[in-house]
Amino acid sequence: MAGTTHGEGRLRPPFPPWLTKTLTTLATVAATIIGLLFVTFMIGRVMPIDPVLAVIGERATQEQYDQTFRDLGLDQPLLMQFWIYVSDVLQGDLGKSIRTGQKVTTDIARVFPATLELASLGTLFGVVLGVPLGVVAAVRRGSWIDHLARFVGLIGYSMPIFWLGLVGLLVFYGILGWVAGPGRLGIFYQGVVEPITGLLLVDSALRGEWTVFRDAFSHIILPASLLGYYSLAYISRMTRSFMLEQLGSEYVTTARVKGLGEWQVVWGHAFRNIRIQLVTVIALAYANLLEGSVLTEIIFAWPGLGQYITTSLLANDMNSVLGGTIVIGTIFVAINIFSDLLYRFFDPRSK
Amino acid sequence: MKKSFVAAAVASLLSVGLAAPSFAETPPNMLVIANRIDDIKTFDPAESFEFAGADVSRNVYEKLVNFDPLNLDAGYRPQLAESWQISEDGKTITFTMAQGHVFASGNPVTAKDAEFSLRRAVQLNKTPSFILTQFGFTPENVEQTIVATDANTLVLTLDQPYALSFVLNCLTATIGGIVDMETAMANAADGDMGSDWLRTNTAGSGPYKVVAWKPSESVLMDLNPNYAGAKPAMERVIVQHIQESATQRLQLERGDIDVARNLSPEDVAGLADVDDVKIVDELRGRLMYFSANQKNKMLSDPKVFEALKLATDYEGMAGSFLKGQYTVHQAFLPLTFLGALEENPFSYDIAAAKAALAESSYPDCGPIKISVRDAQERLDIAQSLQNTWGQIGCEVELIVGTGAQTLDRYRAREHDIYLGAWGPDYPDPNTNAGTFAVNPDNSDEAGATGFLAWRNAWDIPEMSKKTLAAVVENDTDARREMYLDLQREHQKVSPFGMMFQQIEQNGMGASVENFVAGGATTAVSYWVITK
Repeated sequence: MAGTTHGEGRLRPPFPPWLTKTLTTLATVAATIIGLLFVTFMIGRVMPIDPVLAVIGERATQEQYDQTFRDLGLDQPLLMQFWIYVSDVLQGDLGKSIRTGQKVTTDIARVFPATLELASLGTLFGVVLGVPLGVVAAVRRGSWIDHLARFVGLIGYSMPIFWLGLVGLLVFYGILGWVAGPGRLGIFYQGVVEPITGLLLVDSALRGEWTVFRDAFSHIILPASLLGYYSLAYISRMTRSFMLEQLGSEYVTTARVKGLGEWQVVWGHAFRNIRIQLVTVIALAYANLLEGSVLTEIIFAWPGLGQYITTSLLANDMNSVLGGTIVIGTIFVAINIFSDLLYRFFDPRSK
Repeated sequence: MKKSFVAAAVASLLSVGLAAPSFAETPPNMLVIANRIDDIKTFDPAESFEFAGADVSRNVYEKLVNFDPLNLDAGYRPQLAESWQISEDGKTITFTMAQGHVFASGNPVTAKDAEFSLRRAVQLNKTPSFILTQFGFTPENVEQTIVATDANTLVLTLDQPYALSFVLNCLTATIGGIVDMETAMANAADGDMGSDWLRTNTAGSGPYKVVAWKPSESVLMDLNPNYAGAKPAMERVIVQHIQESATQRLQLERGDIDVARNLSPEDVAGLADVDDVKIVDELRGRLMYFSANQKNKMLSDPKVFEALKLATDYEGMAGSFLKGQYTVHQAFLPLTFLGALEENPFSYDIAAAKAALAESSYPDCGPIKISVRDAQERLDIAQSLQNTWGQIGCEVELIVGTGAQTLDRYRAREHDIYLGAWGPDYPDPNTNAGTFAVNPDNSDEAGATGFLAWRNAWDIPEMSKKTLAAVVENDTDARREMYLDLQREHQKVSPFGMMFQQIEQNGMGASVENFVAGGATTAVSYWVITK
């Protein structure tokens, strides 16, 4: 076929490659989010819960019920309801929460930074401790440190986060008093720092309010460590597994035969080759934490996205659930795109 | 600059582990409360109808008449209205406003504000509006029926004579809160009479004003500098949303909060020996009951239902998993309400239950489905019923769902047995009598979902008449007797198995005094608290 051969007869693509790739990515993102919205919307509508009652409560009269039914647009066909919702979303209107009485965008702007801050710190702990632990466990396979890494991983997988959170609070807050209690900030510091990003640690640092920073850190350290521990368990286990595979490869043997130092072999060669896989693992771990760690947020009274979506779902507050779904969907897509970019950075072949 | 920034951050981080901020106690003029407040949707008294919202409203808005928190049994007392008169035909009530009450904005409270507040509550037609519209007020007639004749006089014209106590009790409900007309209208948009603004802001003349509200996180209240009453000892009140009982307990033990309002029986027991902490019990208005759908032939047999009531282990439940949280109570009016019946005629008696079942048309019983929401205490009760009803031969299946799912089935009259709770909407006996013992039209088409008797398809034209007669009886003693008789009859013939009345167990610092959660009739009052 002339159009598919190399040389002068080849058809020129209608757009430059970068534009084609960008458009493809954008189309994929849009299709993913629309699909996600459609599924969530339909689940919300077919759930055996009456959304009108969620608004007006069980004491309302039939007249008030009918009025609210119409106000919510429930008298429209299902697909029309979805179309109206998507049209509003495209104009930046995620609707109003029936649970908080506020705009969903306002609610999300309040709860998302709390989750972002917690998940980021948790992932940071997980990566900083989990990656070296996994590498050392693989290098010293069968040693006590390997056993320790596997034990840590096992506990991380098997211990209910709810229980571990309560024990953590009891020991470090209740008994030892090393950290502050539930919530993001002590009552004495509420409203002291004017928000810039919504991230309390960042805002207090930017404003130079170090007492507030210290209090915020004292509040976040325990839940972040807890989430970090679960990330660590996953990341260290995967790192160990990837490293074992690399350390058994011929090129590692060759490097050792050439007389390279162990440090150079492990970090210079073997580790370099697991970076791409690690990026995926870390990205997934981060995305999972951003999606919201509902139980951690409940125990630590952390007003984050996970708790927001779960409470909204139970109250059949579908605007909030859909708004949260958009945010989470966007996060997953953004993290995937970011991972792709990192692949290109770490793997010359993908360039 | 960059280096010093990093150095300061690192130093601050390092210092956390050595000296985390902790305070042995909260400041003496500040009250910190842990509570579940994620049900707050709005602070607008015309719309607010949730427990946590009522707690805020009671401390922010004054009413024409109100309860004295330190003497709840005395009933309503003058507040914004210093006196009232009822016309000879019993249809017109004239209130004379008290002097000296001022809104947080600095505007004086006048009869015009009262007229505005009550009118808008009817016109906005939100869920709690039935508390006022049951007196014949409609959006169309409020301009004639709710009238401030001058700055000091408000006249209410009712559609028929009602017991004065009934009307005034209703005015103590959240919807009776008097709003600052000038402030509300200055923030009105699209003809909402300030509703959207009042959702997140307050404009009252009560002891406090809301300074900040973060949904599902916290409510911060400061003193209203213009409050007419004695200056409260607590100048600032912070209510934090803490979902978990164990977390509330830890905070209380650490002295980080003054009051914990959602302690489980286990945590209450755990605090028994803790120094500087005390538990204060208070009887609330919430009742726990089960009811039988009369569309179910077997359950509409009075002897079958009698058997079920006798096969219920009231004392066993109240003495075990409900210990301290509920007391046995078998009438539809909560204790402390006018006319509340204290008699509990049913006790756990399997032999008597079997005998009653044997006399019924269904001596072998049959399958029974209990519809119950997924809350621990209700599941525990349902399992107890499953066990004890099983002992008389009934095959019981639990249908567990979320609150909304269970309620949907109940309102659609699709249940066999519904296990649930009911709390009074306003502090008058009609609040419960009017739903447990009134069914205006038993047809499906009537859709009278607000009436529990209708939800259970219980057709009671005669009892409905008796109940409605009690709301127009102006002799309080006679009215009390009417409700006592109604409850006795209800206990015998109704498809309702009333079981328990709630006791609220609040944990608090030993120095906290005068914490009154509101009893069975109203909400919490922060302004009388000292510590």
